[in-house]
Order: sequence, then structure tokens, then C-alpha cells
Amino acid sequence: MKIKVKINGEWKEWEIDPSDYLLDVLRREGYLSVKRGCDTGTCGTCTVLVDGFPALSCSILAATMDGHEITTAEGIADEMEDYMKALAAEGADQCGFCSPGLMVMVYALKKEIENGKVEKNEEAVKRYLIGNLCRCSGYLGQQRAIFKFLGVK
Amino acid sequence: MREVKKSVPKKDAYGLIRGKPVYTDDIAPKDALVVKVLRSPHAFARIKDIDVSEALAMDGVEIVLTYKDVPRKPITRAGQGYPEPSPYDKFILDEYVRYVGDEVAAVAAEDERTAEEALKKIKVEYEILEPVLDFEKAEENPSVIHPEDDIFPQFDIGFDPKRNIAASYEMEIGDVDKILEECEKDPDCVVLKERFYTQAQAHVMLEPHASFAYVDMHGRLVIVSSTQTPFHVRRQISMVLGIPIKNIRVIKPRIGGGFGGKQALHGEMIVALVAWRTKKPAKLVYTRKEVFESTYTRHPSRFDVTLAATKDGKLKAIAYDVLWDTGAYGEHALTTLMVAGSKTLPMYNKVEGVRFRGKVVYTNHTPAGAYRGYGAIQANFALESAMDMLAEKLGMDPIELRLKNIIREGETSPIFKIMGEGREGAEMIIKSCKLEEAIKRGAEVIDWKNKFGKKEKNGNKVRGVGMAIAMQGSGIANIDMGSAIIKLNDDGSFNLLVGATDLGTGSDTILAQIAAEVLGVSTDDIIVYSSDTDLTPFDTGAYASSTTYVSGNAVKRAAEKMRKLIIEEGAKKLGLSPEEVEFDGKVIRAKDGSKEVTLKELATVRYYTEDQKQLVADGSFVGPESPPPYAATFVEVEVDTQTGKVDVLKYVSILDIGTPINPNLARIQAEGGAVQGIGMALYEDVKYSSSGRLLTNNLMYYKIPSRLDVPEMHIEFLESYEPTGPFGAKSVAEIGIDTPPAAIANAVYDALGVRIKDLPITPEKVFFAMKK
Repeated sequence: MKIKVKINGEWKEWEIDPSDYLLDVLRREGYLSVKRGCDTGTCGTCTVLVDGFPALSCSILAATMDGHEITTAEGIADEMEDYMKALAAEGADQCGFCSPGLMVMVYALKKEIENGKVEKNEEAVKRYLIGNLCRCSGYLGQQRAIFKFLGVK
Repeated sequence: MREVKKSVPKKDAYGLIRGKPVYTDDIAPKDALVVKVLRSPHAFARIKDIDVSEALAMDGVEIVLTYKDVPRKPITRAGQGYPEPSPYDKFILDEYVRYVGDEVAAVAAEDERTAEEALKKIKVEYEILEPVLDFEKAEENPSVIHPEDDIFPQFDIGFDPKRNIAASYEMEIGDVDKILEECEKDPDCVVLKERFYTQAQAHVMLEPHASFAYVDMHGRLVIVSSTQTPFHVRRQISMVLGIPIKNIRVIKPRIGGGFGGKQALHGEMIVALVAWRTKKPAKLVYTRKEVFESTYTRHPSRFDVTLAATKDGKLKAIAYDVLWDTGAYGEHALTTLMVAGSKTLPMYNKVEGVRFRGKVVYTNHTPAGAYRGYGAIQANFALESAMDMLAEKLGMDPIELRLKNIIREGETSPIFKIMGEGREGAEMIIKSCKLEEAIKRGAEVIDWKNKFGKKEKNGNKVRGVGMAIAMQGSGIANIDMGSAIIKLNDDGSFNLLVGATDLGTGSDTILAQIAAEVLGVSTDDIIVYSSDTDLTPFDTGAYASSTTYVSGNAVKRAAEKMRKLIIEEGAKKLGLSPEEVEFDGKVIRAKDGSKEVTLKELATVRYYTEDQKQLVADGSFVGPESPPPYAATFVEVEVDTQTGKVDVLKYVSILDIGTPINPNLARIQAEGGAVQGIGMALYEDVKYSSSGRLLTNNLMYYKIPSRLDVPEMHIEFLESYEPTGPFGAKSVAEIGIDTPPAAIANAVYDALGVRIKDLPITPEKVFFAMKK
């Protein structure tokens, strides 16, 4: 079957199998920032935005995406320059495998804070990002960077 | 120092964060055959019959491999220096399957779905054998896990497979039995005997193991793998497939974490064989379930500790009796066992007697392998828990007991020489050790004086504090080898080629900082290329906390040679002798200020116009010793007396790692290690069903710390300088993980008077222990 999606601002038509997951389709189409880290929708490395909200691409059938807008790390990186700088300054990117998914999540969080949907404090930020696992950093370096980027005191 | 002791961002940071396609699966050829592995549903069985004809007949299936189709050549998958101290007890595929998840057959097909369908069409008839699932019953078990006669060790490692023993080791200094006997009779002495257990732990690096292989235009086999040890992979694949080393190239691209879990062959043997046979590119990416079930765990242990001390707190003897569970294969078996001794016993170097007796047994569980801490964390939990129990028996503050007995600068321990990793070790006088300062500083930060023994209550919650100390090493003395090549480019920048393997730690950056410091240039002017067996010089790989110390020293040597070359060539250009000029990183000038040439000008003429030649230098390093980093860790916990749940409120770790080449990256190593250690201490637990099936085979059942589980953390590096290390550096990769289990167990005891001696310290265990 065919689906039409707006991916990182550009409409594209993709030939997919009805049983394809969005993660596999995205990787096949070259959006390789989207990673597979587990088989249970637990690790957060496959996080993308669907119509502006974070979603686990490993758990969404691509067929349901017809007519929707998808954003991956590739699509927001230029806007997230300050975030990337903050994370790199802490050395908290480490192996990097969780980094693109986390960046997508931080991008969404920033918008939620701006819209008043999420409180701007440490606890709320940690809770929002809890689904993005990291095994290298112990999270603290990431958080130093994220708090700085979001202006959380 | 300009470029070291500086927190420059990792060289690969921006590429990684924005999600550039740099990991194995990202760069695998799009037309690569997809390899899938049929895995054993039984803990122990013999394949009576295997029929692959239906699978092979499927459209899109390229090749199916069973034990009948592969060379029968025993090997160890452990990525270790050669000859390896691990038994050669593994085959690419075998007639026997020895754990749930062991390889039965492999299929390569044009896409993933076809490969998965084909797996279902393979018909296997198993003779189900009685598995050994309790490691305490393995030794004299009638079931022999490795009955085959063609397996062997490279040298004597105490290998006795007919009794399910993969390796064993004993050593004794002094007459421990006699000391214990005398101590028991002496009213001024106490003896403490305690038994501890530690569990298996899963690495959970976020990138699952992945590799692909192809045959290049020259007919050579190229393997790209998320490995910690590319040069070992090349040697191992050569050995097992009978392809000369010269015809194999192994490349490690960016990899998504390792922690020891990728210090071994995992998919490489199969993927290489598929590519070699079919002459088509092939890839094998593990599922998370396969990572859990079919790669590695930490070795579970039973640890008997005996301590003898005088009433005034002088330790007289330490004895360990250790039983170690290596699972189905003996990878890293002897070496992790020996590290349990060699990286804990020297901390208390003033004893009269030390004894270590250990056996590593086979069971029908997922193989154990290398995992950050590598035996030291198991021993640290036992020893540092026992030290607190001894302190209580003596009526002494645990800090005081440690201060009376710890190793200090200028001292040594006979253990360094006796116990290496699988072999004899190396003598060493400790040249940098701030352990005493670390203990004192940690006590101050946690406010030990006002908190220890106070059992501060708040409703149902009770608080307590606990501490533990640790040491590790910096590479394996006389075995781990690193090397580097530096070449000057025509714009005055440098290429640094290293075999060292960056797992995400930032070692590429740290090595560039070391080179930049020597050359007096900016780290930005050092372009690093690493871990490619064709293009980079030899390195044993990233393990044993070796890269900064071993590979770092190699880089330093290469950079010093390059510096000398630049001075010589610059002097020649100026018509002076090398003694008459100086080089500041940018300009080579006469000491009298009469003339100068910039590095860029010199480089340009050397490549295009005058006395043309490539300026290139190399350096190699093998550590004649392995200087230990140290840590003193203090925790404050709060235990809910209604549920037994333990929360770590505050975590203080004071470390002596020598010079932190990149303080931010060192901090992340310490923090990340601590959080993995806290996970092991409190909830991470590899669990099996009664038939040997792994129950914790996904991230919903196997719980790693989330960001809400991380306590307030105070990490501090003491001013320390290791004279044998590059710019005073030792290591930081493993030291952070060792202390949490014992420190937390000791804090729980301080809070409740309840001693948990088997990890993890779950609410159930605490709750039921409280009720006793």
C-alpha cells in the first residue's frame, strides 16, 4: 500500500506493507537517526514526533501515518543547536545511541513548557523524559545540559 | 597544561547528537543478506536430527548453516590478549546446545521476514539432557555440560570440564590456617566468616550487538562490527574460519556502548562465514531479546570471606573461597575470578596471611563474560560488607578500621606480582594513592560524624549511612598493548591513527588531547581515525580500563617523536642545528630570535617543494605495571520500614584517578559507573525459570535505573599524579562501579541493623530480614 506523509516538512509518498512499523519504514527511507534499542517500546531511542507530539516509532504501524506529519532528529537538529552545544559541553552525548531520540523529546518538552502544559522545574523535566533510557551517562550530565538549555533553575 | 585537564567536547559529539548514520546497522549495505539465528529452546540438549531442506527451498533464502556445515574448530569468543586465558570450548555451531538461546542454525535471506519465516521451517529433533541450573551443584553433577573431547585451554588454567570446571585458581601468602587457628584462641583477636552472593547483571548497552561482512574487490573479508576489540576479532575469525589474517579487515564504526559486553565475538563468526561462502554482503543485528539471552552477563558468585584481626583493628589475614558461575562457556572465566582477588586484596596490604581459592563452574545459563568491574565488584561487595561487620565486632568505626589497614603511596602488595589476569602479575610500588584523603574527604561531605549510627527516623522511614572503598587497575600489565601513528598534513594539522576503540567514552578525544598537549597545538588540529585493522596500528582494545593509560602512553610517545621530527626538519629549513631552535606548536624559531618558519610553511614545502618527505611518527606502549585508581564512596539511604524499599538519597564518591585528561568525560564515567553499580545493588537481576529459560529477557522485566532513580550525587577527583601515566593519568572507566553494592548494604545495616548478604537488595529481602 501507499502512504503520504509530511516528513521533516516535506510531503513524501512511500510504498509500505500494511504490517510495517513506522521505525522500519523510517530507517528504510534513510532517516537513520531513528534507532532500535529494544523490542518492547521501552528504551526511547526510536522517538519521533507525530503531528508535533512524541511517539515511539517502533510501536506505530506505518499504515496509520497516512496524511500525518512526522519529525525526526534530522528535521530539528538545526533548531536545536544550543541544546547540542549544551550536551556536548557536558560530554554527556557519550555513545550517542540514545541522543537523537532524547533530542526529539527535549524539543517536544520545550514546546510543552512554552505552552504551559509542563511545569518548568527539575522534577517535571525528569518525569517528561523518563522513557528515554541511557546506560552510559547515569543521566546527570544529560540533565545538567537539559536544565541549562531549558533555563530550569 | 593547555590541552589536557580541559573539558573539550567529544570530537564526535555533534554528529552523534544530530543522529548521523554512523553505527554498524546504519552503514550496512542496503542489499546485505539478513542473517537470523535459530536458538535453542532447551537449556541442554543434543541435536539428534536437523532438517533444513524446507527453509533452503524458500524463495529468497541464500544459505542455511548448521553444525554440519561449519568448520569444527574450538575457539574462545573472549576478546583477550593471545594466547587467551579462556578455554577453547566454543564452536561456531555445535551438535550440543548448552543454554536457552544457544545457536542451533543460521539463515541468510534477502530480507528479514524471509529469514524469520525460514527459521520456522527448520525441523530440529532434540535429545533433551538434564541441565545444570544451580551453580552450587555444578561441580560433581552427573550432567557434563562439555562432554566433547576436542576442547582445551591454551595453558594451565585449572580446566576440568568433566567435572564442569572451566577454570580454577589458588594462591596463599603466609599460613592462613595457622593465623586463623591462633586468632581463634587469642582473646585479643577476632575472626569473622561470612558468605555472600552476587547476581548476574546485564550490560544493556543501548545499541544491540551488530555486525556485517562482505568480500571486497581483492577477495578479502571485511567485517564491520560493534566490537570493543577489532584486532582480536581479526585474529579469532582468522583462526576459526582458516582465512589468513592478511585477508581480513575489521572495522569498528561508532558503537552504542559496550561495558565489556562487546569484548567478545557475538555475531561475527556467523556473518563472516555467510559472506565468505556466498560472496554477498550479510548483516546480523541482534534483537534486544538476543542481547539478553544470547550474549553475556556478569559472572554470578558465591563468596566466602574470612577475616582475622586484632582487637585494636589490625587485619591479620584475609581468605576468599569463591565459586563463580560462567554459564555455558568459559569466556573470561579465570580472569574475572583472579581480578576478584587482584583488585581487592591489595587494598589491605598489611596482613600477615592472604589466601585465595576459587573455582569457575559451567552451568546451562547464558554465558557470563566481561562486564565493567570484571570480578572486582563481586569481591568488593563481599570484602567491604565483611569489613563493616568486622568493625562492628571490634566496636570500631568502619572508617577507622579501614584507615588502619589501607595501602598508601610508596607501599606495595605481594598480590601485584602473584595475581595477574590468568597469569602472574607484575611487581609494583604504588606511586600515586590518595585513598586515605578520599576516605577523609568523603566522610566530611556525607557528614559521617553526625550521621553514622544515628538511625534517624521519620515516620516509617529510617535513614542510615554506609561506605566502601575500592581500587581497579589501568590496563593489564605486560599484556595490554596500544600503539599510535601521527602524520603531519600539509596545512600543519595532524592525523592521529590509533587502534584504540572508542565505545562512546570519548577516548578518541582524550587521545587527541594527549597528542595536542605534547605538540603544543589545539586538539582541533588533531584528526583522529581509530579501530580499523587495515589502517590503524595494533591495539588490544578497549577493556580493563586501559585506553587512557596504555593507548594514551603510546600516543604520547608518538607525539614526542613527531615533535622531535618537526624540530629537526624546522632547524634544517632554517640552516640551524636542532639544539638552536624551539617549537611552540605554531612556529619553529631560532632561540636567538634571528629567524623562524611556521609549521604550516614547513609542512607545505616538505610536501611540495623542498626535501620532500612525509613526516610520520609512531609509538607503542605496554604497561610494565597497572597503577590502580581508587575510590571512597559514601551513601545515605532511606528505608521504608513498611515495604523494605531502599532509596539512595545522597551518593558521595571521592576518586583518585590520577590526572583527569578531560574532567567532564571523567565525571560522566564516574557517574555512569555509579548508576550501573546502584542498579546492581538494588534491583538489576537476571532471573531464570526452573527450566533455565531467561525470564528477564526484555527491558520491561529487566530494570535498569531510569533518570528518576538517580540520587543526588557528589563526585570529586582528588589532585593526584601518576608518574607512569600520560600527564599523570591512571584510569576511570571501571572504578566508579565497584563501591555501590557494599556501600548501600552497609548503609541499610546502619539504618535497620539488617545485613543483606545477597544482591540485589530488594524490598522483599529487606522486609523479610527486618521481620526475623
